[in-house]
Amino acid sequence: MDYALIWYGLIGFAVLIYVVLDGFDLGIGILFPKATNEAERDLMMNSIAPVWDGNETWLVLGGGGLFAVFPLAYSIVMPALYAPLIIMLLGLVLRGVSFEYRFRTKRGKFVWSIAFFAGSIAAAATQGIMLGAMLQGIEVDARSYAGGWFDWFTPFTLFCGFATICAYALLGACWLVIKLPQELADRYYDVAKHWGIALVLCIVVVSAWLPLTHEIISQRWFNLPNSMLYFMVPALAVICIWQLFKSLNNHQAVRAYLFGIGLFIVSALGFSVSTFPYIVPFAVTYADAAAPDSSLKFLLTGTVFLLPMVIAYSGYAYWVFRGKLKHDEGYH
Amino acid sequence: MDTLALDLARFQFAFTVSFHIIFPSFTIGLASYLAVLEGLWLKTNDDKYIQIYKYWLKIFSVTFGMGVVSGIVLSYQFGTNWSVFSDKTGPILGPLMGYEILTAFFLEAGFLGVMLFGMKKVGRKLHFSATCVVAFGTFLSAFWILSVNSWMQTPAGYSINEAGQFIPEDWLAIVFNPSFPYRLVHMLLASYLTTAFVVAAVAGYHLIKANHNPLAKTMFSMALWMIVIVAPLQIIVGDFHGLNTMQHQPAKIAAMEGHYDSHDGAPLILFGIPDDQAKEMKYQVAIPKLGSLILTHELNGRVQGLDAFPEADHPPVSIVFWSFRVMVGIGFGMLMIGLVSLWLRKKGKLYQTPLFHKACVLFGPAGFVALISGWITTEVGRQPFTVYGLLRTADSASPIDAVAITWSLTAFVVVYLCVFGAGFFYIIRLMQKSPTRYEQALEARLPDGAEVPPASHPNRLP
Repeated sequence: MDYALIWYGLIGFAVLIYVVLDGFDLGIGILFPKATNEAERDLMMNSIAPVWDGNETWLVLGGGGLFAVFPLAYSIVMPALYAPLIIMLLGLVLRGVSFEYRFRTKRGKFVWSIAFFAGSIAAAATQGIMLGAMLQGIEVDARSYAGGWFDWFTPFTLFCGFATICAYALLGACWLVIKLPQELADRYYDVAKHWGIALVLCIVVVSAWLPLTHEIISQRWFNLPNSMLYFMVPALAVICIWQLFKSLNNHQAVRAYLFGIGLFIVSALGFSVSTFPYIVPFAVTYADAAAPDSSLKFLLTGTVFLLPMVIAYSGYAYWVFRGKLKHDEGYH
Repeated sequence: MDTLALDLARFQFAFTVSFHIIFPSFTIGLASYLAVLEGLWLKTNDDKYIQIYKYWLKIFSVTFGMGVVSGIVLSYQFGTNWSVFSDKTGPILGPLMGYEILTAFFLEAGFLGVMLFGMKKVGRKLHFSATCVVAFGTFLSAFWILSVNSWMQTPAGYSINEAGQFIPEDWLAIVFNPSFPYRLVHMLLASYLTTAFVVAAVAGYHLIKANHNPLAKTMFSMALWMIVIVAPLQIIVGDFHGLNTMQHQPAKIAAMEGHYDSHDGAPLILFGIPDDQAKEMKYQVAIPKLGSLILTHELNGRVQGLDAFPEADHPPVSIVFWSFRVMVGIGFGMLMIGLVSLWLRKKGKLYQTPLFHKACVLFGPAGFVALISGWITTEVGRQPFTVYGLLRTADSASPIDAVAITWSLTAFVVVYLCVFGAGFFYIIRLMQKSPTRYEQALEARLPDGAEVPPASHPNRLP
């Protein structure tokens, strides 16, 4: 059995879950300035307070999992993305502590509102930048990173950063429509639409930009008839976008949210068909980076049981806090 | 990589990891304390326990949040600062950390929300289960991460492949490597002691202000019982841990004891100024033969000094020598506090002795200082290796420029000092609030069915 391939799938799954879950979570931070007053911000924050910690654990699983099963990839990618990674971590520190701090002070509340916004937007942007940097390829010599310190800083990666902000804000707005009390919620349908339009434009631009500048990718995508299968991806994307806007127009929040997530899954699919089998594009394949089978098997044995349990009780936590928020909720 | 970049990378890692360890060491103990409090509440139906629970829950959640965010940083810093180390040890340490994430982090995160916000939604029994699960999660997390650290100190069950990676051969030997059981118990007891001293300090502070405060009395009494039991136990466990270290890392012991030269019948050096250049202990105050007696249980036993090891393998003596003394000194201070509390309790004056309460307040942060000193002792003491005897620190680092590390180090220092400084301030402010009978209960009503008094009530603190 190809344990490395299974792990490639599992790590991809963890990152996707992270992006979807922390996506709406960070999106709420990005939308913080949209709120009309601090009381509304309290509600926005309380809508994610019981679950944000669990959402971010998927990011730890992505990083920790990479270290465990693809240690070579981990040791190349981390130095390659040094600066955006550090900024992301600091952003996550700032927004993470704001959940508690904002409710611990009256005088300084605005400081932590700003920190929550700034941390969220910094984390979102750098995640997009890192994704873009992976797509444009990472330079490797023997077993270590060989590129420059600002390889990650290109117009393309910055644009990917912006696209990610749009995507997260869209999910955040859908979540707010679902969770906020009715009279506050409706406004966010329009917010979702605006960010949705921006996201669609971004997706179009990235999809054109990448094959035009990167031969290795255009060869994959425009190599008929092999690439016929690849065209499933844009086709699915069109369906998701169409349904997303239809749901937003009909004020069907949950449906809109699910199609927003669908769009994320399609984008992830696009990313993996563009880079597979590389785990450090376009230098190291997942098989070359994999730890020996004894490591992969040891961790997989437990994961087979633990991951379904994790999903089950994380789902339980969402279930406990289901439904619309009331104005006085939260323990603070 | 040049030595400046290496030193900066080391300093940055030491900075972020030292900051991080403060929070889990407190939450491991506090989570268990909360579980005990809620259990007592369910058992006795005495509402004072749930009020104390509620009081500490706020402090717990602020601390836990800080622990989570400073921990995410660490899971990526192995790669950013120590990429060669990550490549080589990933096949062994990675799966252990993977298990930490899957068994502990998700468990804590999944049930923390229920613990903090869910009392009204899930009811008492399920809420108590959530508290216990979070406490158990903190224990599991300590289990795995200490296994990882211990493997780096006393590697076992591995082989090395042609790429220079450590390859697992025997997982049981890896997880339960020779120093792991000692380190785990020593660390867990340290967490319980740290928490007990914080609780005793807060209770002592409120007893100084009002020595009839019933909630402060209960906290004070519980914390001091914990100290009476755990402080002596910790000294014994520490001694076993030391003997284990002597077996596997004798150079570390030589640095801790300040022995540059090997001796038969070595003295116990109490104080002195280590001079790494001249390789001698200046101005030393020592008790003859006692060093050999403690380490070998014989008056004239042979104790190896640093001269028994190649100079390239020597740890820096002065840091290890001093941090060890700070830890041991505080440990014996803690023992004294425990003994005095027993004596006062016997005389019935535990709550009426402000001088003792002041001593407890003074000892509030002692657990943290001892804990960090202990970690400095063991981590600096195993230098110059990351994997003891096999992989040198200098060969573990990432190919990152000194300039890049300087910038990120500055950013970490500035952000951490602001963020955790603010957190520290908020926690102190929470601790300054008196625990009162009117600590808002988890239900909208007080447990006896009475309405929660309005905010303007004279006995209710804001």
